[in-house]
Amino acid sequence: MTGAGWQVSKHSARRLKKRYRRERWLKALGVLAITVALGVLVLLLGSVIARGYPAFVKTEIALEVNFKAELIDPGQPGGGRYGRIIRNALFAAFPDVRERAERRRLLKLISRGARFELRRMVESDPELVGTVKKVWLTASSDVDMLTKGSLPRDVPQDERRLSDRQLTWLDSLDAAENVRTRFNWQFFFGSDSREPELAGIGGALAGSFWTLAITLILAFPLGVGAAIYLQEFAPKNRLTDFIEVNINNLAAVPSIVFGLLGLAIFIQLFELPRSTAIVGGLTLMLMTLPTIIIATRAALAAVPPSIREAAHGVGASPLQVVTHHVLPLAMPGIMTGTIIGMARALGETAPLLMIGMVAFIVDIPAAPFDSATALPVQIFLWADSPERGFTEKMSAAIIVLLAFLIIMNALAVYLRRRFEIRW
Amino acid sequence: MQLVILLIALGAIAALGYFLARRKLLGGGTGDTAIRPHSMPGYHGWYVALWCALPSLVVLLFWLLFEGRILEALLVSHLGPEIAALPGEMLGLLLNDIRNLAAGDAVSRDADPALMAAAERYGAMRTTARAAMLGGGLALAVAGLAWSWRRVAPAFRARHRVERVVRGVLILASFVAVVTTVGIILSVLFESIRFFSIVSVGDFLFGLEWSPQTAIRTDQVGSSGAFGAVPLFTGTLLITLIAMLVALPVGLFSAIYMAEFASPNVRNAVKPVLEILAGVPTVVYGFFAALTVAPALRGFGDYLGLDVASESALAAGAVMGIMIIPFISSLSDDAIIAVPRSLREGSLAMGATRSETVVKVILPAALPGIVAACLLAISRAIGETMIVVMAAGLAAKLTANPLEAVTTVTAQMVTLLVGDQEFDSAKTLAAFALGLALFLATLALNVLALYIARKYREQYE
Repeated sequence: MTGAGWQVSKHSARRLKKRYRRERWLKALGVLAITVALGVLVLLLGSVIARGYPAFVKTEIALEVNFKAELIDPGQPGGGRYGRIIRNALFAAFPDVRERAERRRLLKLISRGARFELRRMVESDPELVGTVKKVWLTASSDVDMLTKGSLPRDVPQDERRLSDRQLTWLDSLDAAENVRTRFNWQFFFGSDSREPELAGIGGALAGSFWTLAITLILAFPLGVGAAIYLQEFAPKNRLTDFIEVNINNLAAVPSIVFGLLGLAIFIQLFELPRSTAIVGGLTLMLMTLPTIIIATRAALAAVPPSIREAAHGVGASPLQVVTHHVLPLAMPGIMTGTIIGMARALGETAPLLMIGMVAFIVDIPAAPFDSATALPVQIFLWADSPERGFTEKMSAAIIVLLAFLIIMNALAVYLRRRFEIRW
Repeated sequence: MQLVILLIALGAIAALGYFLARRKLLGGGTGDTAIRPHSMPGYHGWYVALWCALPSLVVLLFWLLFEGRILEALLVSHLGPEIAALPGEMLGLLLNDIRNLAAGDAVSRDADPALMAAAERYGAMRTTARAAMLGGGLALAVAGLAWSWRRVAPAFRARHRVERVVRGVLILASFVAVVTTVGIILSVLFESIRFFSIVSVGDFLFGLEWSPQTAIRTDQVGSSGAFGAVPLFTGTLLITLIAMLVALPVGLFSAIYMAEFASPNVRNAVKPVLEILAGVPTVVYGFFAALTVAPALRGFGDYLGLDVASESALAAGAVMGIMIIPFISSLSDDAIIAVPRSLREGSLAMGATRSETVVKVILPAALPGIVAACLLAISRAIGETMIVVMAAGLAAKLTANPLEAVTTVTAQMVTLLVGDQEFDSAKTLAAFALGLALFLATLALNVLALYIARKYREQYE
């Protein structure tokens, strides 16, 4: 600037430089802060995906299984001695293993649940009895993680879950192409199990479904009704002010306190059965209600008064104005708010712990009155399990949970973009 | 089962009422259409349908609420005075067994003939009660149909009646929020009062030792059941402090950058991504803290020669800080954007650089909003449960060292209430007392935040 005839003193030039340096600092700090936040997000998602994706495939081992008639009664295939059959098949595959301890180690290659797989096969096809057939059986968790590379191979034997012998057996099976990995459907449709290789999220998904169904059925009409009254009909007085303050405060109450409420009111007072989806749904309903009310009120308030006045002008009653005109126009906003509220309810864990939806449940719940857990609670339960195989399952369950949340939020964003009207 | 039948039947009767009323009004062949009806046919239909369903539903609700109690009272009076004179808990156990027997489940005691007879009687009473419910509900619905159908006439003001009922229903819906608040306060308060009749308020609020294992036998050693909550409060504060130390700078600086420096494109891209952090379920943060951050911190501590607990307050606090970044950044962003343009432009016109404008003009003006954001974030951090349950410890230690394991109010509430236990022990009641403390603390923070935001918001406009 000096060239244009401006004279800047040395002192002032130095100060200007300092001021601009401060400017750069502030900007750099801002960029740094955003980078940190985004970096942590990437780290979080990365660590979940890196740990979780192997759980979507599982390892199977093929054995020549002899369905001996003396071990299975064809009239009663449920009572067959399938554990014995698997043992025989394994010992037949490795005839040189004789020692008891070694044989026990050999058995550890196959999952403890494999006998139930055989039972299901025989039950669906009784003709199998008396035949010999090559059958793919689920491998144990240790074998599973080793084949997928989740456990290291090249460390000293003491630091491994599988001994050198077990590795040689596994390699010989592999060399004969008797080891394969398959997509793990059981993870999606099976329910919880004590054995990591058999555990699935089917039961938890069903529990979450029933819980959210109850939440939605109750919270949507109640929330929309309350919002319509407060926004469209309520007179401005102490009482409605009080209701409004109440709703705003409820939105900020910690979720665990809603769990205490559910425990004290629904379980102790109304004597509803513990750890069921109905209690979970009722509790989450109370928690989601403020979110839906606030979102609905915002959507109703965004409808311009001219619409209401025009409807009144042609003779509509107050209720007709709302149901015929305001509500349909506000619906996209209401749906968006509801979906976001439901997404929050889906990820909520703490209140469900309080009302006992935290049990080990093997049966997939078929109705809201059955004992159930929810997907996030299942994740919490697996996080508590000492077996290493559950870490992988837990991460995979998180991936599924996040996928649902992303779908729900994307739907909300889509609805907002597609149907939002700017007046 | 009867319940489902009743609900379906009620729906069917209501639908029938709707069509009958419409037909009657539209003439149905009576030739009465010369008068123009006051209300549209649909309103008459709704009027009749409401009369079919609503009375029945209200009766049904009360029936379900009180059926159990009344049946029990009847059963006890039938069993005779010596049973009725049993103390409350014994009676409860007995009734429970009878109920289970009637449902065909296993019971804890031998099923002697007297018990079997009682169970049979209970089952019979239940069947009768359910049949009565079904019959009564249907009769009420049909009566409602008949009565209201007779009133349907062109001059009848059906719309006014229907709208009044709908408005009543809407008012009831808006009272659910109030009922919830009252329910929270009452449930937490009642159990807390029972707790404070066992443990004094002073011991709870100022006691320095927390070990909630109450003795099963009186002569047991080492399980005195101390309920001093100070270690929990300090643990909660320590973790909250760490969380705020992480979240405040990151959230505030990113809010400043996004509001004042970033181009609209960057802003539109980064803001939703940051908000993903708020949408991640807390159990996922718990997983992240326990399996990724805590081992990393421990490894780093070993490298530096520090002794880091595997469940350190630092790991839980840092991850909680990450969780509340979006609260601070988006609320501060709103506060910064709400500062009037004239202030910003005035400052720039005086020759201030943009950073000087931010630091000396905009931040002071937005301060109430930023303070409110921080208070809300603190309240969120205090009430957060899953991260601390999964990543903080359970040992109630009175320490300010972030590398040690501490426990928090919410983590203790979960440990006290998860698993099977009786509702009346001091241990379970303590969870409600902690819940009361938590509720009051977060309520105070929220009210304070709203007050600050409201009081100082509009002073520039």
